[in-house]
Amino acid sequence: MSEALVDVQGVSKRFGRRLDTVERLARRLGSDISEEIVHAVDAVSLKVAEGEVLGLVGESGCGKSTLGRVISGLLPASSGRVLYRGADPSLLKGDEARAAKLNRQMIFQDPYSSLNPRMQVRGIIGEAPRYHGLCDRAGLEGYIDAIMAKVGLEPSFKDRYPHQFSGGQRQRIGIARALAVKPDFIVCDEPIAALDVSIQAQIINLFMKLRSELGLTYLFISHDLGVVEHLSDTVAIMYLGRIVETAAAEELFSHPNHPYTLALLAEVPRLGGRKKDFSVIKGEIPSPLDPPRGCHFHPRCPHAMPRCAAEIPASREILGGHFSACHLNGG
Amino acid sequence: MKGTASPGRDGMGSKILRELVGSPSSLIGLVICVVVVFLAIFGPLVTSQDPYDLSKLNIMDNRLPPGSVGIDGAVYVLGTDGQGRDMVSAMIYGLRTSLLVGILTTALAMVIGTTMGLLAAYKGGWVDTIIMRLVDLILGFPMMLLALILLAALGPGIDKVILALVAVQWAFYARTIRGTALSEMNREYIEAARCLALSERRIIFRHLLVNCLPPVIVISTIKVAGAISAEATLSFLGLGVPITKPSLGLLISNGYRYLLSGSYWISIFPGILLMLTIFGINIVGDRLKEVLNPRLQENKAVE
Ligand SMILES: Nc1ncnc2c1ncn2[C@@H]1O[C@H](COP(=O)(O)OP(=O)(O)O)[C@@H](O)[C@H]1O
Ligand code: SF4
Ligand SMILES: [Mg+2]
Repeated sequence: MSEALVDVQGVSKRFGRRLDTVERLARRLGSDISEEIVHAVDAVSLKVAEGEVLGLVGESGCGKSTLGRVISGLLPASSGRVLYRGADPSLLKGDEARAAKLNRQMIFQDPYSSLNPRMQVRGIIGEAPRYHGLCDRAGLEGYIDAIMAKVGLEPSFKDRYPHQFSGGQRQRIGIARALAVKPDFIVCDEPIAALDVSIQAQIINLFMKLRSELGLTYLFISHDLGVVEHLSDTVAIMYLGRIVETAAAEELFSHPNHPYTLALLAEVPRLGGRKKDFSVIKGEIPSPLDPPRGCHFHPRCPHAMPRCAAEIPASREILGGHFSACHLNGG
Repeated sequence: MKGTASPGRDGMGSKILRELVGSPSSLIGLVICVVVVFLAIFGPLVTSQDPYDLSKLNIMDNRLPPGSVGIDGAVYVLGTDGQGRDMVSAMIYGLRTSLLVGILTTALAMVIGTTMGLLAAYKGGWVDTIIMRLVDLILGFPMMLLALILLAALGPGIDKVILALVAVQWAFYARTIRGTALSEMNREYIEAARCLALSERRIIFRHLLVNCLPPVIVISTIKVAGAISAEATLSFLGLGVPITKPSLGLLISNGYRYLLSGSYWISIFPGILLMLTIFGINIVGDRLKEVLNPRLQENKAVE
């Protein structure tokens, strides 16, 4: 693995609703109102190598989008830091800061809310490159046409508005918008989850084509292990704000280690069915407002032991490049 | 859905117009609005009198009933007021003043309120807190009471009336736009714009504002009527426009004392014109609300 393009170091993201004046007063008068804090992302460390696809998997609400937003620079981390090409973009100034920002783009889950409904495709794709001077006025039309062709959109559609397109076409517009500022790293936040099954494969193929043509690096977020297995080099499994297991895709799918990963795999209908002795994950996902102590997974884990409720399991390298955070691995 | 639909932008204005003309009631409202605006703009060209020019008035013609012929042979279709002023001329000039107050107030309140609402929604934090506390404070008072207090402090004059009404009305826009903007901010196109490192100003005005416009248009229409009637009330109470440039409200007030002595027309005709104007604007506003409702629109797009 070459040097990391993106290096996530101990990043946490907490969302809190600060108390307003009235609530502070109420608390002073003895009410038990307190600030509600969601630990959406909890001390996550990850490395994404240049040209790699890192698949990030976890159930809905476990903090995948939040982590993606912190990594793409849309949200500041509460603690920890994200390095892009070895530097912390939030400390850069001027042109360097802008370049670091434009280099990291994001594709969103909902193609219906991710496009400005009052803008023509021409504006959606062309606004940023024009604004940042990536092409001149005369070259803009050609620039837009080329990008539209690259993502499989008919350039003659550029006068249309988003509502005139299907979900899959809209997602292509979103991809074109991101590509227009020449990024090298793209966070794809469940980009196919909202699409018809018949369209999903087309969009995945587009992602793969663009990756090889443009040398892109992806953080590909999904709650679907099947999709991730298909296109990732490395896979990270997330549970309630923490990364519980990371490994090369083949290794992870052939030798899953963490009980949560095993449970996830058991849910996926797979060729050569590798069913474990427990299948569906028992119980509800605990609230991230009040996560279980120790290992977050212990209320649902079939192997839970007393230690699991008391101590957070450290991430351990169980084989070269295969990390898992579970007390079953000893230590 | 894809492919055949006509592009949205240039069709928007004519589509709204078609919707307005399409239903009988909103057509009536639209006709009233057009006639009223036409009268206010071109009326002074055809009136027989400049009602503000006291030297042209003949006191001998005072309180003539509708249809009377004056001393110099002029016909007063709607009669004259207590100073011998032709009611038709007075009402057309009065309408002018009323509409001017209504439109200027609305335009200023809209710009200020919309900007404040967008800022509150986009910035959040203390900017939001300060703006919205001020809005709550203003909207917590009865609107007319607040305008009265402000006018009492500012003194009379058209500009003061507009100032007082703007000071009250911007808060309506700010609150509504903030709500709309907050729900728009949850949509990912705003995040996408931030990801593209566009300036804050560009995101607020090029992305957020255009998606908050329908409610702005609807409130403005209805608030024009609100401002006109608020001004009429203030003038009726003697706190509004100066006596030398009467608005419809002041005309009503001037004629009020003659009502009991039988000269009904001095008060009633300006009253009817005021009512018609407000009625027409409100009908158009209500219809616009339906036409511009984004949910209804989206349903149409899906069809
Ligand atoms: N802006 C926010 N404010 C408060 N809580 C948030 C915000 N964004 C996400 N969360 C919370 O953080 C947790 C993780 O959310 P998210 O990252 O969207 O998960 P995922 O993408 O895995 O479904 C959820 O409990 C969610 O409610
Ligand atoms: S640490 Fe304990 S509870 Fe957590 S996954 Fe491992 S065995 Fe299960
Ligand atoms: Mg998500």
